[in-house]
Amino acid sequence: MFRRASKTLSVVAAAVMVLAACTPADPAGGNRTIKVAYQKTDSFTALDTMFQNAKKEFEAANQGVTIELQPIQANDDDYGTKLALALRSPSTAPDVFYEDTFKVRSDVDAGYLLNLDSRLSGWGDWNTFDAGAKEAGKADDGGTYAVPLGTDTRAIWYNKKVFEAAGIGLPWRPSSWQDILDTARKIKASQPDVIPFNMYAGKGTGEGSVMQGFYELLYGTGAGLYDQDSKKWVVGSAGFKDSLTFLETLYGEKLAVPPAEALDPNIWKKVFGEWFPKAKLGATVEGSYAPSFWQDGGSYAWPGYGQDMAVAPFPTQTGAEPGAVSMSGGWTLALGAETKQPDLAFNFLTTALNAKNSLAFTVDSSQIAVRTDVAADPGYQSANPFVKDVSSLVAVTRYRPATSDYPRISAAVQEATEAVITGSRTPEQAAADYDTAVAGIVGGDKTIRK
Amino acid sequence: MPASHRTRQVLRYLPVLPAAVLLLVFLAGPVLWAFHASLTNAGLTGRHARNPEWVGLDNYQRLLQDPVLPLSLALTVLFVAGSAILGQNVLGLALAVLMRRARPVVSATVGTAVVAAWVLPEIVAAFAAYAFFSRDGTLNQLLGRLGVPETDWLYTVPMAAVILANVWRGTAFSMLVYRSALSGVPGELTEAAQMDGAGAWQRLAFITLPVIRGSIATNLMLVTLQTLAVFTLIWVMTAGGPANGSTTLPVMAYQEAFKFGDIGYGTAVATVLILIGAVFGAAYLRLLREQRP
Repeated sequence: MFRRASKTLSVVAAAVMVLAACTPADPAGGNRTIKVAYQKTDSFTALDTMFQNAKKEFEAANQGVTIELQPIQANDDDYGTKLALALRSPSTAPDVFYEDTFKVRSDVDAGYLLNLDSRLSGWGDWNTFDAGAKEAGKADDGGTYAVPLGTDTRAIWYNKKVFEAAGIGLPWRPSSWQDILDTARKIKASQPDVIPFNMYAGKGTGEGSVMQGFYELLYGTGAGLYDQDSKKWVVGSAGFKDSLTFLETLYGEKLAVPPAEALDPNIWKKVFGEWFPKAKLGATVEGSYAPSFWQDGGSYAWPGYGQDMAVAPFPTQTGAEPGAVSMSGGWTLALGAETKQPDLAFNFLTTALNAKNSLAFTVDSSQIAVRTDVAADPGYQSANPFVKDVSSLVAVTRYRPATSDYPRISAAVQEATEAVITGSRTPEQAAADYDTAVAGIVGGDKTIRK
Repeated sequence: MPASHRTRQVLRYLPVLPAAVLLLVFLAGPVLWAFHASLTNAGLTGRHARNPEWVGLDNYQRLLQDPVLPLSLALTVLFVAGSAILGQNVLGLALAVLMRRARPVVSATVGTAVVAAWVLPEIVAAFAAYAFFSRDGTLNQLLGRLGVPETDWLYTVPMAAVILANVWRGTAFSMLVYRSALSGVPGELTEAAQMDGAGAWQRLAFITLPVIRGSIATNLMLVTLQTLAVFTLIWVMTAGGPANGSTTLPVMAYQEAFKFGDIGYGTAVATVLILIGAVFGAAYLRLLREQRP
């Protein structure tokens, strides 16, 4: 008797477990739920605030609709990975999500994003968006798939106290790479315990190494990464070698941090939180969002940053036109291609990005405004002392070639910079390694010697 | 065979069914999926994300020409040999032997300290190890008091640092296995050897070790397979750098699949890792079988 009971029991248990493994989870709360995925970190909460507000606003106006916020705690790289993994399957794909501009094209190729053309034409606010910024949401087919939240530029941030102590005239505006080196040498001579000029390099700081570092050099030589006309990747350029040589000089003469420290993924925290406030660093190349760290409520709040810090455009190699270089990225909001309620999701997107929410987010996160009404708002213009300087760099800014090969190319550039600053390769060798790597990634017929 | 007998035989396997199904779904499934993906050009994004194409052995061909592969293989073997086979295994055995002789207080204190590292979640242990070895870390502060100049351990000797960290984290497992194995060694055997005039080393080499040979093989197999899969520890401490100086196969597979979005290629690396694990596993299983009469 007992044996039979235990047999029956095990049959039931087996059946239950098989069923549990196979039955899909019950769709939560029916189909009037909009899932929103975005990034949130300890030092980046502005977006979370924006979505919390938009959720309240939208749910009050649309009875019966639930906005399910799904903040993802991760840095930029990991956020991209987690989002892509979620987008791979329609059952996990969010309806609305935060998307890096340089992923838009490859994610459209993957079929993750919904075409927004017909919906955008019916949205009055779309006319207030900056034409250049709108480009970031376009795919190769000419359609628009993402709405920009804001953009950014990159410049040299410098500490006026350090510069004054070295006897350098202010405001400082270097006109060539030589100017930068000369200034850094002066700082080193006058204050031996100060790091004169930081420029990220190596794989430790990832995409930051190239966005706030190598590309400012490369694009100032007249060379580039990618030839838009022939749609091929540039190899063998003199500009690439010159840029590596500049880094070699900077690190070799100890005008930058020791290489071991440059490869620490957390070095940017020291730049913002420790070295600048303590006047231990002369200058660094960083994004227009720098003040967001120092503002009241930022992760490295520093009331004196407005007085102590100043900003200068990064010069071209020899001062050639247009005289300065900047890089831009920025983020967008997009809709999942297989969302069950595209209209509702789009309405939520427009609520999140209306004038009021856009203004608050732009100011909170020190973004460069992409809506003309936000840009004209006195609240935006007085958000921090540097809004004007960094916004003017939009005129000379560049965007990354956002093809699906790009992440691997970027890693090859980071590797080249790492090899040079650690002294394991000369600039010529590292540039040759890069050329080989690029040919291996995209195929020899997709490269062009320039 | 009467029908009732056959039914009974089928029914006898039923209790195993749930476990078998779970194993198939959660273990064999992903392994097969990974192998299948490694024969395609599946990507995280781009054209091949949703509709991957079959590319046959292309990924493996590319892998054979990848300059990182030989380095990565060597580092993986070094990591497993250094931190699992030598480090955790030998240290675990030594601790277990010494703890049998130590006073209960000493033995309990040492045991707690060793097990504490093991019960920490991997991510926490990884950050602790990072904090210990980093430039402003505990190790440099301790050495600084002795007048030794500051060194960037994670930069100059990344492999040594991650090996030590893994030994610290994983030794408790071997220690526990060997403690229970040693308690099973018959006391009269060692006593008899002692009467015959065998020293401590001789007793260990000729009595204790042969008796616990089965536990040694089991332990070696488990720690080897665990260590082959270590990812978080290395990723947090060095991220595989500098200049790929600590890129073991799991780190390489992660980078290819998720950082560069090349899932097909990444799973090809993972398949190589599975094969290595299978070779180790088979070797240890053989060792286990040989000792049985």
